Amino acid sequence: MSTYLDFETPIKELEDKIQQAKNIGEETKVEMKDKIAELEKKLNEKTKEIFKGLTPWQRVQMSRHPDRPYTLAYINAITNNTFQEYHGDRNVKDDKAMVGGFGLVKDKTVMFIGQQKGINTKMRQYRNFGMPNPEGYRKALRLMKLAEKFNKPIVTFIDTPGAFCGLEAEERGQGEAIARNIYEMMRLKVPVICIIIGEGASGGALGIGVGDKVVMLENTWYSVISPESCSSILWRSWDFKEKAADALKLTSEDMKKNQLVDDVLKEPINGAHRNHEEMFETVKEYISKSIESLEKIQQDKRISQRIDKFCSMGVWNE
Amino acid sequence: MSWFKRKKEGITTSTKEKKETPEGLWHKCVNCKTLHTQQDFEKNTYVCNRCSHHERIGSEEYFKIIFDDNSFVELDVKMTSADPLQFSDTKKYTDRVQSTIKSTGLNDAIRTAQGKINGIDLVVACMDFSFIGGSLGSVMGEKISRAIDQSLKTNSAFMIISKSGGARMMEAGFSLMQMAKVSGKLGLLSEKKIPYISYLTDPTTGGVTASFAMLGDLNIAEPNALIGFAGPRVVKETIGRDLPEGFQKSEFLLEHGFIDYIVDRTELKEKLSHTLKLFQS
Repeated sequence: MSTYLDFETPIKELEDKIQQAKNIGEETKVEMKDKIAELEKKLNEKTKEIFKGLTPWQRVQMSRHPDRPYTLAYINAITNNTFQEYHGDRNVKDDKAMVGGFGLVKDKTVMFIGQQKGINTKMRQYRNFGMPNPEGYRKALRLMKLAEKFNKPIVTFIDTPGAFCGLEAEERGQGEAIARNIYEMMRLKVPVICIIIGEGASGGALGIGVGDKVVMLENTWYSVISPESCSSILWRSWDFKEKAADALKLTSEDMKKNQLVDDVLKEPINGAHRNHEEMFETVKEYISKSIESLEKIQQDKRISQRIDKFCSMGVWNE
Repeated sequence: MSWFKRKKEGITTSTKEKKETPEGLWHKCVNCKTLHTQQDFEKNTYVCNRCSHHERIGSEEYFKIIFDDNSFVELDVKMTSADPLQFSDTKKYTDRVQSTIKSTGLNDAIRTAQGKINGIDLVVACMDFSFIGGSLGSVMGEKISRAIDQSLKTNSAFMIISKSGGARMMEAGFSLMQMAKVSGKLGLLSEKKIPYISYLTDPTTGGVTASFAMLGDLNIAEPNALIGFAGPRVVKETIGRDLPEGFQKSEFLLEHGFIDYIVDRTELKEKLSHTLKLFQS
């Protein structure tokens, strides 16, 4: 069963009405075609209207929508089920919040890496809610180095409420693990594409987020802190999350405007969560086109362009 | 019954004869409450000589400790924060920055300088916790980047003294990307085989720990400094139980393999210049 957010209620009502009309039509043999067409037109308009005017906080809610596709769903669809998952950081264990492995995109091998959330309560716990431990970041780096060795491009999917803040995570150097990834990703010899498909929370996201192309899906967020935590720190209360979401300029639109990401990928009219297939297709096309154009650039140049891009970020007075 | 008895009544000192004790002549250690004269305390690099507590100090003091004869050239002195997001929480970001500049006399949470340590060329980027918690924003990112450029240009060793709560929320996405920016620059330093020493002091957390502070060729730390990714309060809330003693302190990080050595501030200059000599000789 689908889940509807509060601002999606008018959509749900219209969808229910259409279903009712269809049922009546079938049961009573009364011609309902016109009625249904009218309702569908209305639904289309209403959907457009709602999704055009989403507030930043509503976009944050969209990014966390339980019906949104998660990393493995993207990978399996894009690779046409040729994906093979690899496990473990070779030091401590296998982190279930981070997945990775090779797969084919249009007959070309690509390394896929990403944070993975669970689809139900049990799986959410198993995946630690998409919050990796240091070994998750180290597994990611190990796989990136593997891809570099065999000259395969890398695609990362970012969807995390943050790196895990546990006791063992600190013992095993969460900070160092993320720092090392940022440093190494900056200098990877192969093309790197990073796609934010849901939540892009701070260092936890950046730990697999340094690439030649960093791109956000339309209804996602990416910032230095979640609006809830920002509210609790700056306003000293959890009640200002909407305000914090506004202030952080965390939407794809704002991040692109501030040149902190390279592109924004349009979602289906009613969001990625209502039409997975269309979303997968958009992402797949973007990936194969980007790889093609990035591979044309000479290796050294690609790396220095990547470094220059990040080094030009920032605004100051002097 | 008391041991001594006052014989003369009404002993008073006339106002004229009262001795003035200027403010700031004495320092009381916040840890063991021992009194030192300010002069002794400064001479001992702001470390209590009884309990070895390291008082939090800023860039001015660190530069004095490190650079020969306190002589150095400061870089990019005038750079200050812009407000790219027109950020406002309970206070406007621009107002917050202006009032902090006024109250601290600093222009941002970092100062960068070039000088010599026991004759060896060194570029230092040092944070000031008193400036919005030593937070990492565009200014810090850019100043460190340029300090690294200076290091590259003059072939001098590079050092960052970290003392920060993490990224500056008021610059949101811009602050986050400073982590990538500085890490990118450090790669260039590495290519040229110029040593980078990361000195972690109390406290170093958040985005600073998750980027350049952990990327030193050597990571060294002050004793008993809080160093971590998440702050201890957050970790405690996450795991729902009390934290072990010494958790996230320098000694804990040394034990877990993230710090090369811990150095008392009183020995910093000697030990650091010895390290640099070992890289050079």
